Amino acid sequence: MIEVDNLSKRYGDKLAVDALSFTVRSGVVTGFLGPNGAGKSTTMRMIMGLDRPSSGTTRINSRPYEQHKAPLQEIGALLEAKAIHPGRSAYHHLVALAASNGIGKRRVLEVIDMVGLTEVARKRAGGFSLGMGQRLGIASALLGDPQVVMLDEPVNGLDPEGVLWIRNLLKDLADRGRTVFVSSHLMSEMALIAEDLIVIGRGRLLSAGPLADFVAQSSGRSVRVRSPQAAHLRDLLVGDGVSVTSSEPGVLDVQGLDAAEIGERAAASGLVLHELSLQEASLEEAFMELTRDAVEYHATTAEFATTGGTNR
Amino acid sequence: MSTTALAPHDTPETAGRHAAGQRVTFPRVVHMEWIKLRSLRSTIYTLAITVALVVGFGLLLSSVVGSGEGPGQDDFGDPTSISLGGVTLAALAISVLGVLMSAGEYATGTIRATLSAVPARLPVLWGKVVVFAAVSFVLMFIAALGAFLAGQSVLSSRDMATAALSDPGVFRALVGAAVYLTGAGLIGLAVGALLRNTAGAITLVVGALFVVPGLIQLLPSSWNDAIGPYLPSNAGNSFMAVQTTGDALSPGAGLAVFAGYIVVLLAGAAVLLKRRDA
Ligand SMILES: Nc1ncnc2c1ncn2[C@@H]1O[C@H](COP(=O)(O)OP(=O)(O)OP(=O)(O)O)[C@@H](O)[C@H]1O
Ligand SMILES: [Mg+2]
Repeated sequence: MIEVDNLSKRYGDKLAVDALSFTVRSGVVTGFLGPNGAGKSTTMRMIMGLDRPSSGTTRINSRPYEQHKAPLQEIGALLEAKAIHPGRSAYHHLVALAASNGIGKRRVLEVIDMVGLTEVARKRAGGFSLGMGQRLGIASALLGDPQVVMLDEPVNGLDPEGVLWIRNLLKDLADRGRTVFVSSHLMSEMALIAEDLIVIGRGRLLSAGPLADFVAQSSGRSVRVRSPQAAHLRDLLVGDGVSVTSSEPGVLDVQGLDAAEIGERAAASGLVLHELSLQEASLEEAFMELTRDAVEYHATTAEFATTGGTNR
Repeated sequence: MSTTALAPHDTPETAGRHAAGQRVTFPRVVHMEWIKLRSLRSTIYTLAITVALVVGFGLLLSSVVGSGEGPGQDDFGDPTSISLGGVTLAALAISVLGVLMSAGEYATGTIRATLSAVPARLPVLWGKVVVFAAVSFVLMFIAALGAFLAGQSVLSSRDMATAALSDPGVFRALVGAAVYLTGAGLIGLAVGALLRNTAGAITLVVGALFVVPGLIQLLPSSWNDAIGPYLPSNAGNSFMAVQTTGDALSPGAGLAVFAGYIVVLLAGAAVLLKRRDA
């Protein structure tokens, strides 16, 4: 279990994490989402005791991390930046870390095998590709067979086989009762593996809870209606708090009325319906909706286009 | 790839909980630092270069001193000091090694892996100190002894005055040379940990050990006399010399001053290590 309580981190005059509180429970995969610069990596570094909080506390399995006697059995983490000397082999890097916690060489060879690095384990890590470096980071996270596994964008740089493997590994760990905390930019990835979701923006908590609730609560819910008499139906539905849009002829997307109400109104006026279905917002849409105001680094394509012509 | 290596049947309560004997102890942290030291080619090379400088330069000086080509022809100097003439230059190499051992971890990001495994942090610094001091002292004492024995045999073959290991002050001078070199490395290690920047730390250490002593001599002599003996390099020389000369400190006082620098720098490194973001 990871507990984050009123956590803040200030870099100069930049408040990277702002009074953040949440709990990550064991037995499920918890996704950690937020736009670029939201403070995910900073929060994870503070959980690992690497960055000192400006205020607030973090606890792993009920204790501050540095108080644990066998730290690598409590939590294993893959963080954003590379953490290996390019001149050292993956094997020696892991053997050294293992030695500090009294973990044997057998376990080192096991994790190297798990992540598929056996062939290159004795080579200098400086020559590793992005994906190989990522696999090494995952190997070191698993070294102590830890109760909590925390990964910062683990699929970054992995090939499809690696992505699939990570997905299964994380689910497997959660099924074994471990706490699994994963940050990602790929909402679709989270939808596949996460049961809980923590969303932050500009260092603040935006949402925390089961992923299903997150999708259900989002305002992107609408009802899709297909009818040969769409225009007539539209006049019947629009009104206070109800908006109707149309993406193609004969199809209406209705917000603010539930499917039953729409069906009854149509029937009362004798209108024919070919389709009446509830459209749940995708995780992606719900996420964008939630973080719209918290996005720090907006893409500026439009601005670029308008100023592009005034080059001198 | 497979996931078979996970324990086959753990429950939330037992999952990952303290497998027998697995915990952090200081000897284990020392072991980690030892593995890190010997698994890098660069550290092995730097140590080899340091040994080569001590022995090689000692031999060179022993074979040219008094041959009419160098300065100071009237005073050939103490035979022990001649054969240990490579120590000053070797101190440069070993202080760089000290810097690499600490600042190098920040440059490569290894420090994040290290501190994740040992979140109490301070044992990592002390572990580095222990490993570095032990490895350096043993190797440097062997190098100094080798330089002394080889140097004396060269001097004797040239019919010049020689010293024996059993002569007063000789053994202390050899141990002193190993202590000085180890101390120079520890200064590098501490400064590297303070600055966390390899180039900056090397510049600072080289400046303090090699440039400042020369600059001080440009000051008025009353200043020079007051400050000079307390510089780390001069304090170190006072316990490497068989006889105390001029206004140098006594061997005991020199050792105390030299150790003082190391203790203060390491204490500063410890305080900042505990406080700063990794
Ligand atoms: N060491 C640092 N010094 C100064 N500012 C920092 C530092 N680390 C992070 N920041 C700032 O804190 C904010 C949060 O950064 P962080 O890396 O935690 O975001 P993130 O959610 O991981 O983003 P991304 O999705 O791009 O990885 C950013 O504005 C970043 O510029
Ligand atoms: Mg990040």
